[in-house]
Amino acid sequence: MKLTLHVWRQKDAKSKGKFAVYQANDILEDMSFLEMLDVVNEELIAKGEEPIAFDHDCREGICGCCSLYINGRAHGPKRGITACQLHMRSFKDGDTIFIEPWRARPFPVIKDLIVDRTALDRIIQAGGYISARIGSAQDANAILIGHDQAEASMDAAACIGCGACVAACKNASAMLFVSAKVSHLALLPQGLPERESRVLNMVAQMDKEGFGACTNTGACEAECPKEIKITNIARLNREFLRATVI
Amino acid sequence: MNLDAKIPSGPLAEKWTKHQAEMKLINPANKRKYEIIVVGTGLAGASASAALGEMGYNVSAFCYQDSSRRAHSIAAQGGINAAKNYQNDGDSIYRLFYDTIKGGDYRAREANVHRLAELSVNIIDQSVALGVPFAREYGGYLDNRSFGGAQVSRTFYARGQTGQQLLLGAYSALSRQVGLGQVKMFERHEMLDVVIVNGRARGIISRDMVTGEIKRHVADSVVLATGGYANVYYLSTNAKGCNATAIWRAHKKGAMFANPCYVQIHPTCIPVSGEHQSKLTLMSESLRNDGRVWVPKKQGDNRKAEDIPDDERDYFLERKYPSFGNLVPRDVASRNAKQVCDDNRGVGTSKQAVFLDFRDAINRLGKPKIEERYGNLFQMYEQITGENPYITPMRIYPAVHYTMGGLWVDYNLQSTVPGLFVLGEANFSDHGANRLGASALMQGLADGYFVIPYTMGGYLGSGGLDKVTTEHQAFAEAENSIRGLTDKLLSINGSKSVDYYHKALGKIMWDKVGMGRNAKGLTEAIAEIKAIREEFWQNVRVLGSGNELNQSLEKAGRVADFMELGELLAKDALHRNESCGGHFREEYQTEDNEALRDDDNFAYVGAWEYTGKNSEPVMHKEALAYENIHLSKRSYK
Repeated sequence: MKLTLHVWRQKDAKSKGKFAVYQANDILEDMSFLEMLDVVNEELIAKGEEPIAFDHDCREGICGCCSLYINGRAHGPKRGITACQLHMRSFKDGDTIFIEPWRARPFPVIKDLIVDRTALDRIIQAGGYISARIGSAQDANAILIGHDQAEASMDAAACIGCGACVAACKNASAMLFVSAKVSHLALLPQGLPERESRVLNMVAQMDKEGFGACTNTGACEAECPKEIKITNIARLNREFLRATVI
Repeated sequence: MNLDAKIPSGPLAEKWTKHQAEMKLINPANKRKYEIIVVGTGLAGASASAALGEMGYNVSAFCYQDSSRRAHSIAAQGGINAAKNYQNDGDSIYRLFYDTIKGGDYRAREANVHRLAELSVNIIDQSVALGVPFAREYGGYLDNRSFGGAQVSRTFYARGQTGQQLLLGAYSALSRQVGLGQVKMFERHEMLDVVIVNGRARGIISRDMVTGEIKRHVADSVVLATGGYANVYYLSTNAKGCNATAIWRAHKKGAMFANPCYVQIHPTCIPVSGEHQSKLTLMSESLRNDGRVWVPKKQGDNRKAEDIPDDERDYFLERKYPSFGNLVPRDVASRNAKQVCDDNRGVGTSKQAVFLDFRDAINRLGKPKIEERYGNLFQMYEQITGENPYITPMRIYPAVHYTMGGLWVDYNLQSTVPGLFVLGEANFSDHGANRLGASALMQGLADGYFVIPYTMGGYLGSGGLDKVTTEHQAFAEAENSIRGLTDKLLSINGSKSVDYYHKALGKIMWDKVGMGRNAKGLTEAIAEIKAIREEFWQNVRVLGSGNELNQSLEKAGRVADFMELGELLAKDALHRNESCGGHFREEYQTEDNEALRDDDNFAYVGAWEYTGKNSEPVMHKEALAYENIHLSKRSYK
């Protein structure tokens, strides 16, 4: 198939960016979206033009590197997958595709389609952990966790930290990301001793990074490639409120 | 050079305890006087950085990704082994040790493997404490599944995302240390050289991948936890960024490279769909708990899977290996898949695939149970192939997945360069010629959480470290050589892209240094790799500059290293005139096509010394002494 691509090109963080138009020819429906970009890049290199820079690594939907806004949607048109899992059979011959980086103030563009997401790491560093000194743990079966409780925790823990929730949100809120980590740990008995400090510190850091507030629009849940539920945000709010009153 | 593995004396089961008691300690107040560099933030690197930071050392951690949470350990699916014997099915530390030695086709070091089995139980405890949500039974106890090469259920798992959850556990411990200021994190930084001062590793040269700045970093010790070199094949299950630059450049600075020919080809990957393919996706080995592998009995059978009756199907693993069935180790399963495809019984349009069928498991357990166990894997398969594996059997084919070889290390995980430690997949030590499933996660975390915290103290406590700064001549020389290399790559301005050369290298490697190797093909491969490497340095095109984010430049440096490593890999494969584990030489096989080992001549670790650009590498041997396990024919029948 033949496609027309409008791709965001930006030399570096300081420069102004703009859309450039490229024709992608000989695209096969079995190609992944990133393989389509590989083909375009090879053609650009052959013509002596710099290839499009984009973040990617595992190409199987788990590392959370890829961060493409495709036709106005984080990770493209299909639900529950990352851009690297999107295949060209989701498009048709003659389509025009707009490709942009994540747009959010706490995620400044570094180059082309690459943004800086270290703000999310700093939120984890502020409290997204259990302080369990290495070497100090007791036997794993000494902590009993019911099957359903473990599964609920795992549902939240599945977050890959890609930032699609922030990119999809009109307020650039990171509440889904933060709530996933707060829920993952609050649902486990091991997480309870630091329950209050964790949520307070993570939320404080989230605000400091400049992420917006949640207005319950639900775009984050709709675009999350791991389908993390917005009910986690309700739990985050409850945990936060609880921590502030006790 | 004498390769002294420094294996402690005494009975096997007491070596590690004894060694711990004998190693030097550094008192808490003095730990803060030491600087340690850790390169890589996968399971081994993140756990090492977290552990060393908690102890009070000043740690600088480096990763090429934008976040330390993204290293490729995250993609490990099926599980992690531990000798907990929670299933009451006869597991023990000795049995895990024995299975690992046998699984590695008797080419691993006994003492290291036994220590790994001992530490396996602590890993599960530590990970649970850090909040890893392993699968649980209804009573709240941990659940297990089975993996290849074992007749017990000792694999702990978190759905099909075990690597992700274990890595996020280690990442959270690392993040805590970063927040406390004990670990300084350098994201989007690539290590381009190790700096040796007075014979010891004393720092690294890095490139800031955003600004292009070349930086010097000094330390008292350097730890490499940078993973394996499977991407030398271009197509592998590794992430696109996985590379061997850190270990290869350390090799060129004096660290020996052991057993490079031991490469694991994983049997259950989604087959290649065309020339555009950029990477291969693994389908977890855990699927072989419930999936049955088969091909049609008839050659060239083009019927759909559902139209082929049971008596016309060949469940070849169950037929040939009744004791282990579909759960034979990876090397055995891969070779058998290749054999049936070579016999013109492959399936799908390419005919380079076999079926992995869940029909019987769905009938036995019901779809919801299968969905709970493997839901995300089935979804992943459907995304890539457009086929629904609940209805149509999966098509799978072997793909390069893991490298057992790596930098040579002694029992302390120290390379042949004093002060340079190597952890996880980057070293060679624990898996012999073939790694069992669910053992990579175990090794990475054992090395990082529980081995390096002790052996690092042993090294630093032995003294003899001079005061060194980044002004030292060795730093200037290393920096200049890296600048020269960058300038060279940017100035060639030839006509072919970096990927062109990477693909060309990968094709040679897969065709002639892949699943079936022979002397003729290997000799040709060595000549072809040399030729393609020479062409690369004449004709590669790297656009842009060195002072900016430049992904072509990053790739070019990595591919240049792969082209040297690939040649060494082929040479190692050519010298090893036997078949063992993942190294299958067609000249050396039994009548029924099983690997034929030669213990009289090859029961050793082959560690290669770099001797310069235009001279042949020299191999040194570390004899493998089996004091506790009797070397025998490896059979899963």
